[in-house]
Amino acid sequence: MKVALVGNPNTGKSTLFNALTGLNQKVGNFPGVTIDKKTGKCALATGEVVDIIDLPGIYSLYPRSADETIAFNVLCDTDSGTRPDLIVLVVDATNMKRNLLLFTQVADLGIPMVLALNMMDMAKQLVIEIDVAEMQSRLGIPIVQLDARNGAGITQLKEAIASKGAIVAPLFHIETATLAPALTEKIKAITGNPNEYIAFQLISLFGEAKFITAEQKKAIAFAVANNPPNIQQLQTQETLLRYNLINDLLYDTVKQEHKHDETFSNRLDRLLTHKFFGVLIFLAILFVVFQSIFTFSKYPMDAIEQCFLLFGNFLHRVLPHGVIANLLVDGVLAGLSGVLIFLPQIVILFAFIAILEDTGYMARVTFMMDKLMRSVGLNGKSVVPLISGIACAVPAIMATRTIENWKDRLITIMVIPLMSCSARLPVYTLLISLVVPDVFVGGIFNLQGMVLMAMYLLGFVAAIVASLVLQKIIKSKERGFFLMELPVYRMPRWSNIGLTLVEKSRTFVWEAGKVIVAVSVILWVLATYGPPTAMNEITTRYAALPQTSANQLHQRSEKLEASFAGVLGRTIEPVIRPLGFDWKIGIALITSFAAREVFVGTMATIYSVQGDETNLSSVRDKMKNARNAVTNKPVFDVPTAFSLMVFYAFAMQCMSTLAVTLRETKHWKWPAIQLVYMTALAYIASLLTYNCFL
Amino acid sequence: MTLSQLPLGAKATIHSFTDELLSVKLLEMGCLPGEWVQVTNIAPFGDPIAITVSGYKLSLRLSEADTILIK
Repeated sequence: MKVALVGNPNTGKSTLFNALTGLNQKVGNFPGVTIDKKTGKCALATGEVVDIIDLPGIYSLYPRSADETIAFNVLCDTDSGTRPDLIVLVVDATNMKRNLLLFTQVADLGIPMVLALNMMDMAKQLVIEIDVAEMQSRLGIPIVQLDARNGAGITQLKEAIASKGAIVAPLFHIETATLAPALTEKIKAITGNPNEYIAFQLISLFGEAKFITAEQKKAIAFAVANNPPNIQQLQTQETLLRYNLINDLLYDTVKQEHKHDETFSNRLDRLLTHKFFGVLIFLAILFVVFQSIFTFSKYPMDAIEQCFLLFGNFLHRVLPHGVIANLLVDGVLAGLSGVLIFLPQIVILFAFIAILEDTGYMARVTFMMDKLMRSVGLNGKSVVPLISGIACAVPAIMATRTIENWKDRLITIMVIPLMSCSARLPVYTLLISLVVPDVFVGGIFNLQGMVLMAMYLLGFVAAIVASLVLQKIIKSKERGFFLMELPVYRMPRWSNIGLTLVEKSRTFVWEAGKVIVAVSVILWVLATYGPPTAMNEITTRYAALPQTSANQLHQRSEKLEASFAGVLGRTIEPVIRPLGFDWKIGIALITSFAAREVFVGTMATIYSVQGDETNLSSVRDKMKNARNAVTNKPVFDVPTAFSLMVFYAFAMQCMSTLAVTLRETKHWKWPAIQLVYMTALAYIASLLTYNCFL
Repeated sequence: MTLSQLPLGAKATIHSFTDELLSVKLLEMGCLPGEWVQVTNIAPFGDPIAITVSGYKLSLRLSEADTILIK
C-alpha cells in the first residue's frame, strides 16, 4: 500500500515522516525534476509494511512552483503507479482555516483519506477546542490528533492507516463542475476520467499535466480556445466556495477563546527583525557560525587526515609494491581523504543551518534581507546559501533548495562558487606570504591580513556583479511571489536535525565522493605515466647515479615534467604565459581542478620538497628561490602571485562543485556555463592584474 | 486604501484585490475578503512587511501588499 503525506509547509509533515519511517528512508528525485522525493517504509501493528511518500509542502493544488506541479501530477494521475492508495492530510491545528483549503481540494480527487491534526500541543496552549467527533461524522473519514514532535498520536495514526481511511463524505464535496459546466463535461469526455474536479483543474492546467496523452492535451487546448474561460475568476470562485464550506465546518466544530495578550513569538520577532538589533543579531549569529566552522572542525579534520595517513602507510606496508598499491594509496585514498576531510565543516555548517531553519529564524533572515538581495537580482532566500559558500560551495548549492523561484535559485547556484571557499585559503596564504611583507600598516592592521580580506571581498563583489548580469540573461516565465509564512518560533527538534545531518552527509560523501575519487585516479595516472621513451630515459639515467634521497627527489621532479601532466602543462603554457604563469603553475592549475587546495601539494611535488607536503614554509622557501631559467628573475614576483590569486578567486576549479550543480540543476548546460563564465572571468581578471602590477 | 499604506500596528479589514493572478495566491494564504489584518513587522530596509492574518503571520512585499484593498 502506498501512503502519501500531503499538507501545507510548516505543518510538521517532515517530522511526522521521520516519526513514521525513522532511518528507514531514502531521498530520490521525482522523474524529470529536481524536487526531492522522500520515501520510506513504515511497519504497522498488523505486521503490514506500507510505503510512505512525503510530498512537497503545498498550499493548494494549483501548481505555481515546481513543488506544487509535482504534487498535482502525483495525486491526479489515476493510471500510473505513483498514485497513492491513501492520503494522510496533515494540518496545523492552530491554523485550520487556511490548512483545510488544501484538504477540500484533495478530498475532491476521490482518494481515501485520513486527516491528521498536528501541533495539538500548540492548539491546547492557544485554547483552541476541537470537537473531533463532530468533525469526523461530518467529513466521514478517520481523524487523528497528533503532536508529532513528542511522538503523541503516532500509534493512533498507524491504526488509521491500517484501516485504509475513507473517501470524504459527499456533503463535503464542492460542485466545481457548476462553475464551468460545458468545459468540464467536454474534458471528461476527452480524458475518459469521470472525476469532475480533475476535469475542472485541467481547464487551466492541461499544459502542466503529465497524466494525459498528447492528443488529449491538444483536444483540451482546442476546447478551451473555443470557449475561453476567465481562469483567475474560476479559481477565485472555487476558492471562495471552499472557504464557505470550511467556515461552516469550523463554526460548528472549533472554539477558540480570543486571548489578546502578545505571544512570545511576536515579542521575539520584534527584537529579531528590529531595524537595528535585528541586523546586528543576524551578523553576530553569522560570526558565531563561521568561528565554529573553523575552530570546531580543526581537530576532527586533523584526525581524519591522520587516519588516512596511517591507513595509507598501512596499505603500503601490507600490499606488494607496485602499481596497484600506488594507485590505491596515492590515487583513490588521497582522493577520498580530500572529500572526507571537509565532512566536519559540512556537518557543522549544516547543523547550524538546520537549527536556524527548525527554530523558524531562517524565515526571518529571508524577511530581513529580501530587499537588499532583490536589488542585485537575487532573493531573500539566497542569503544563507551565499554565506555558506565561504565554507564550501557544495553544501551551499545544496542549501539553495529552499528557494522556490527557479530563476532566483539558478542565479544563486551560478554565483555561489565565486564566494571564496575554504579550499582557496591555503592557496591565498601561501602566495600572500611569498610577496606581501609581514608589516603593520598604521601600527594595527596587518598588511597580509588585509590582502587576505580583500580577496574575500573580491569574491563577494564578483558574486553580486555576476548575479546582476545573469538576471538580465536568464529568462523565466515563472512569476515570482514572495508571500511567505513566518512560522511560530519553536525549540529545535534534535532528532529531526540528527536525521537531516545523517542524510545530508551521506549524500555529500556519495555524490561528491564518486567524482572526486574518479578525478584523483585520472590525475594520478597522468602525473605518474608519460611518453615511455622520455620516462625510460630518466629511469636509466638516475639508475646510474647514487641512490641518495636528493637524487630520488630530482628524479621524481623530472618524471613529473616528462609525465602526461607535465606535457599538458607545457601544452597550455602559451595560453597562460600572458598571465605570468609557467608550465609548472600550469600543472598546478590542471591538478587544482580536482580541488583547489591541491595547488599547494602540487607545488610541493613540483619543487620536490622533501617529506611533509603540508609544510607551508618549506614550499614557500623553494618557491621564493625559484628563478626563471632565462631572465634569472624570481618566478613568484608580485605580478605573478597576484595574478595567480585572482585566478584562483574566480576560476571554476572544483569538480565537486560542478558535480553538485549538475545534480541540482539536472542539466549539463548549467555546470558548463558555470565553468566557462568563471574561467573566462578568471582569465581576463588575471590578465589585467598581471599587467597592472608589471 | 491599500494594505501597503497601513502603518505598523494598525488593523484593517480586507476588502478586495486588484491583481487577479495574485489574488488566488492570497486567498490560498488565508487573505480573504472580510478577514482582519494587522501589520506586525516591517523589515529593516522598509520592505517586505509582515502581517497577522487568519491566525498566523504572513510576510509579503510592499508591491504585493499594494494589490490588497482594505477598509
